[in-house]
Amino acid sequence: MEFFKIRRVIPFMRHALVFNVISLLTFLAAVFFLATKGLNFSIEFTGGTLIEVGYQETANVEGVRQALDKAGYKAEVQTFGSSRDVLIRMHLEKGQSSADLSHKVLALLQAEDKTAQLRRVEFVGPQVGRELADYGALALLVTAFLIVGYLWVRFEWRFGLSAIIANLHDVVIILGCFAFFQWEFSLPVLAAVLAVLGYSVNESVVVFDRVRENFRKMRKATTPEVIDSAITGVISRTIITHLCTQMMVTTMLLFGGPALHYFAVALTIGICFGIYSSVLVASPLVMWLGVDRAQFVRPPKKDRRDEHEGAVV
Amino acid sequence: MNRYPTWAYSAIALCVILALLYTLPNFFGESPAVQVSSIKSTVKVDTALLARVEDTLKKANIPYTQTLLDLNSVRIRFTDTDIQLKAKETIDRALNPDPANATYVVALNLLSASPNWLTSIHALPMYLGLDLRGGVHFLLQVDMQAALTKRIEGLGGDIRSNLRDKNVRHAGITREGQVLRMRFREAAARAKAREVIGNITTDLALVDRDDGQDLMLVATLKPEAQKSIQEAAVKQNIVTLNKRVNELGVAEPIIQQQGENRIVVQLPGVQDVARAKEILGRTATLEVRMVDEEAMRTGSTVNVEIFPERQRDGTTTQVPTKKQVVITGDQFTGAQATFDQDQRPAVSVDLDQSGGRVMRQVTRENIKRLMAIILFEKGKGEAISVARIQGEFGNRFQITGMFSTADTNTLALLIRAGSLAAPMEIIEERTVGPSLGKDNIEKGFKATQWGFIAIVVFMSFYYVLFGLISSLALAVNLLFLVALLSLLQATLTLPGIAAIALTLGMAIDANVLINERIREELRGGQSPQAAIAAGYERAWNTILDSNVTTLIVGISLLMVPGAVRGFAVVHCLGILTSMFSAVIVSRALVNLLYGHRRRVGHLSIGDTAWK
Repeated sequence: MEFFKIRRVIPFMRHALVFNVISLLTFLAAVFFLATKGLNFSIEFTGGTLIEVGYQETANVEGVRQALDKAGYKAEVQTFGSSRDVLIRMHLEKGQSSADLSHKVLALLQAEDKTAQLRRVEFVGPQVGRELADYGALALLVTAFLIVGYLWVRFEWRFGLSAIIANLHDVVIILGCFAFFQWEFSLPVLAAVLAVLGYSVNESVVVFDRVRENFRKMRKATTPEVIDSAITGVISRTIITHLCTQMMVTTMLLFGGPALHYFAVALTIGICFGIYSSVLVASPLVMWLGVDRAQFVRPPKKDRRDEHEGAVV
Repeated sequence: MNRYPTWAYSAIALCVILALLYTLPNFFGESPAVQVSSIKSTVKVDTALLARVEDTLKKANIPYTQTLLDLNSVRIRFTDTDIQLKAKETIDRALNPDPANATYVVALNLLSASPNWLTSIHALPMYLGLDLRGGVHFLLQVDMQAALTKRIEGLGGDIRSNLRDKNVRHAGITREGQVLRMRFREAAARAKAREVIGNITTDLALVDRDDGQDLMLVATLKPEAQKSIQEAAVKQNIVTLNKRVNELGVAEPIIQQQGENRIVVQLPGVQDVARAKEILGRTATLEVRMVDEEAMRTGSTVNVEIFPERQRDGTTTQVPTKKQVVITGDQFTGAQATFDQDQRPAVSVDLDQSGGRVMRQVTRENIKRLMAIILFEKGKGEAISVARIQGEFGNRFQITGMFSTADTNTLALLIRAGSLAAPMEIIEERTVGPSLGKDNIEKGFKATQWGFIAIVVFMSFYYVLFGLISSLALAVNLLFLVALLSLLQATLTLPGIAAIALTLGMAIDANVLINERIREELRGGQSPQAAIAAGYERAWNTILDSNVTTLIVGISLLMVPGAVRGFAVVHCLGILTSMFSAVIVSRALVNLLYGHRRRVGHLSIGDTAWK
């Protein structure tokens, strides 16, 4: 079986400008939504209390809401995963101790319906949330620097720079999607976003590797020709790999339950944009940054004997 | 050219066998057990205890399947949870005849049901995180400022009494925040005071200052003293938490310092969350102080602190005490509920050496005066006992004046469980019910399973035999990863399971790269053997580069605590195992299949005939 019988080199670089304009527009849209709507941070970041309660039968969300309202709690109530599970989200209130909040809420709900069962409580104090956000940002920064550094050493600074620009823009687009749909941005989503960063860079590296190889092989070709042939050479691998990864992520979406839902969603967006950006954005960037054969083809080593021969005469 | 030496094949086979061995315990499941461990450092867990436990069970006619003895605990396995519950109660009653003064913790536990020979080579099942097995996680922050204030307050008291003893006249000692100001009329007294203070402690930095009227000596805690006080406070709190958790009877509690001033408490499998919280969250500290009887008479509120005291008739009276603390809670070493000579409920208390010394001195000097024991809970103090000192006593004494045996039991427990050196606040809490934990495992497992199957089916169709080999390499990767996680006993969480799935999805990349390269070489007219060699060799560079960049991300993810770290650990390990299995194991399989043949006419890697 073979999906891609590509007989000719596809002239990707001819349309480089179009790809990058599309990319730029998506990026700007993402930035716009991030700035106007902002991310819907989970309580892990904002601090607060999260209580998941399971019922034996379909939960009465409205009833739960009213019961909490009557008792004077400000809470968001929604079903979680199945109609039998209810998620109660409460923001930090001054003077409310975590220690007995979940206890009181559960007692309240059990008074309404005896089958209410505590499934999960998460309480995060304000200081912890802020730290997590800091750590997340720091991790992103360190990752970016290390990747540029590694690619600089292994390839050339142009590759490092374009890989990180192309892939950070993936990250921004994922975040933009989360902002636009107001999906909850939790710790697993942060992990997914950073994993996508690694995954996309990995993708760019595969292309770059081919570019470097082809520069050495195709002595007479121009830079766009070299890049085109490199992309054409790896495109079938790119699509198959992503297909496999996406199969795994899709099963996570289908079977992983609500806890892994947004993790899988973030990965899906990341994988789709990852192909696009690492192939069609990073490569033109490298070209425009002025990559050249001379940077890869080492000058042929001079034979030592030649020097001596000259000296003999 | 496509042959590995025999040692290489054997080494790979050995790795796979070892991995199988260490993965094995995960398939046996768990059986219910009861764990007995000692609370008291003087009581050792030994064969005598094991014999006692076995004897108890035999007498009660409770069947057990196995007993285990290790350094800290005796563990007994049962066939089902009903027997387990019955056994727990029986053992508890036999070992701890007096529940108020328990010597042993008897806890319910789950033990891996894998055979002994596996356990003896340290092949254990993966260590599941709280989100998978259910339980409680707390992150507590120690209030360091309170610890420092308490220390400077105590030093202030010491200085006051020492200056009085040495007849050094001062014009008042006051504390403002964490600064102690001492006023003197004459310079000689101040110099003397310096000397006296130097003999008491070296923790204070002393500075002379004059404000026009008085000569002042300003004392602050030295930075190094502050540091050691804070360290000691965290340590003391950890010890206290340990004692409290022991009262709960949890099988494998984790109580660790995190960062400078935080403590993590994890109680896996705890069902009664409310009780756990109540006992842990109890921020009680005890203090013994002298009652200011003059203030009691005059009703003065100068230089005293006033605490309410509950009376027998339900009313409360106010008790003014001196600010100086005689004994702090960390000096209590034991407490038992008993009865005094008039058969009234009482609590017998033991103090440590320094506490006993102070107590002896204070009681000698204050016979017939009133002494109060104050219990601080959630920042509020309450006098739980006000008693007249009848005679000099040392490190053992009785507290009387309680209302009922229930009161004495509670107080004894509180004192025994120790007091905290500094108040703590819960800044993070996670509780996962056991049913959710099971759900999480099931869902994570199902997702991984179906994803894996989908990849295997696709690869086998697309790359035929090479696809099967890649799938086999992927299975070996999973095996290595699970074995490594079991061996390292790294905590597996739900994000960890997601990382396993994602790592498998990404690991196949290496094989796709290799297979595509081989196809390309074949199309380019290479012979099958040459194509295999070139395919693996050329792909290796790319695989290395791409895995190193992914690893960089994985390592930086380790910086973020919580769920992200659980993900990152598995992700990093997975990248390492995938490089090995995708490149070396799959190559070994290909070599075995093709490398030893004289002539290979065709590689089963799908359609490469097109040009």
